Amino acid sequence: MTTTAAARPGPGRAMIAVTDTIDVASRNLRSMLRMPQALVFALIQPVLFVLLFRYAFGGAIHVPGVPYVDYLIPGIFGQAVAFGALGTAVGLATDLRSGLLERFRTLPMSRSAVLAGRTLADLARSLAVVAVMAGIGFAVGFRVHTSALAFLAGLGLVALFGYALSWGCVSLGLRISDPEAAQAAGVPLMFLLVFASGAFVPIATMPGWLQAVAAHQPLTALVTAVRALVLGGPTAGHVLASVIWSCALLAGFSLLAVGQYQRISR
Amino acid sequence: MDGNRHPAIMLRDLRKSYRQVVALDGLSLAVPPGSITGLLGPNGSGKTTTVSILSTALRPDSGQALVAGLDVTIHPAEVRRLIGFAGQFAAVDPNLTGRENLRLIGRLSRLPRPLARDRADEALERFGLAGAAGRLVRGYSGGMRRRLDVAAALIHRPAVLFLDEPTTGLDPESRTQLWRLVAELAADGTTVLLTTQYLEEADALADRVVIIDRGQVAGEGRPHELRKRIGSAVVALEFADEHAAARAQRRLGAQFPAARRDGPIVRLASEAGSSAVVGAARALTGADDPVAVRIREPSLDDVFLALTSSAARASQPGDAA
Repeated sequence: MTTTAAARPGPGRAMIAVTDTIDVASRNLRSMLRMPQALVFALIQPVLFVLLFRYAFGGAIHVPGVPYVDYLIPGIFGQAVAFGALGTAVGLATDLRSGLLERFRTLPMSRSAVLAGRTLADLARSLAVVAVMAGIGFAVGFRVHTSALAFLAGLGLVALFGYALSWGCVSLGLRISDPEAAQAAGVPLMFLLVFASGAFVPIATMPGWLQAVAAHQPLTALVTAVRALVLGGPTAGHVLASVIWSCALLAGFSLLAVGQYQRISR
Repeated sequence: MDGNRHPAIMLRDLRKSYRQVVALDGLSLAVPPGSITGLLGPNGSGKTTTVSILSTALRPDSGQALVAGLDVTIHPAEVRRLIGFAGQFAAVDPNLTGRENLRLIGRLSRLPRPLARDRADEALERFGLAGAAGRLVRGYSGGMRRRLDVAAALIHRPAVLFLDEPTTGLDPESRTQLWRLVAELAADGTTVLLTTQYLEEADALADRVVIIDRGQVAGEGRPHELRKRIGSAVVALEFADEHAAARAQRRLGAQFPAARRDGPIVRLASEAGSSAVVGAARALTGADDPVAVRIREPSLDDVFLALTSSAARASQPGDAA
């Protein structure tokens, strides 16, 4: 049996995983920047939501004690990263179909880097979208009632949640393996997640059965925590709930996705 | 490389099924180092499955696949350092430039950054893409993409290169260009295993041809040896109806034992088309005249049918094996 090749010295596995992840992530970011239309479309939807909810629906929605725009913008952040996560499904399905994932499997590269590089690049894109949303939010009257630090902590929660959802979309993209179909399958899921939540309207206005669902889902936990951070009031419990939700989703989705990725070669 | 003692590629009783479909049914094969071997077979014969397993993209159900003496399922990481793989679809990122694609694959093939940069430039030069190096690949033609794809598979100078239907969908000029590049690689000592559906391609490129059918080797040898087995010409005699054709086949049987009948057409394989026509004319004197006679080069179908029908005869029921 040949064992000499196995003992070949070289950079450790961890180091290879890090450099490969950076290389794959920068490839994905570069690839995204080469499709500026896609980036523009990724921004149009959340911008429309800000404008529609601020000016069209906002007048009809009454939230006790807070100007609606201050209530709205944390919900917009959640909505932006939820729909942004679909980019992961589309990107992976595209790479699966083009044969690029197959090529990656034949290279002496870190296997985890393929998925990590994809989700990290998508996280960077989501954060850019959230930054634009924050800018537009401030332009239409959104104000932080607490501190810049609390606002940044809120954005941190948004990023963690978006990253967790992105891993869920890895699973979706690998399963459906057709970019258009993956998008079509993901959009209704995200609509449910975003609208059956406290992202845009107070849960108390919903019928009882829907309240039960909306009150116990991760996007509601996220926007509740972000609102607590930017509007004031008790925060610790809400923040903890959102962190627990996001970490649990991240753990579950990433295990699922890694398992699926390994099964491709069976 | 000390791997030269081993066959570059060795397959032993390789099996792979996808749910109910058997893709590989006990495939065995040995490929000497530095050769170009063509895996020839129709769609669904198991060609792609074979190269996917060898390139570690797919796991076999059973059997052994060795590259330079290393088992691909036990030492996949080491095998990946030795091989290059270009799949059926040009697996390059359309939103990167040609140069960026090569640098990325170079980096992921464990080349240090400066070396990946130099190799990318060399490969672009060698594959005639230097002028398009800075352009996005989505603007490339099919032939350019394919060349880039093969260049990417070679960026770390692998000892063994797998090409899955490298010229499918290419125009004749791009095809000849790619053939020339592959021949150059083999001249430099790279072992090449390529799959193809075209006899012409196997003829032009391969030192050895392995014909596979339903996941098994149906025949192998040098291209001219294979041709010899079926002759260098095929004569097709078309008769008025099946009965006339069947009668003719019986009369031709003594001189052409391998004559095959397909409906009203009887096909004879022969060393020389003209002597086959004359021979057939003599044998058929006083019987039905054919309504049409055609002479042509043996096609993959002819080689294939000749080899698979003899394989089928060898495994008739009652055969103890």
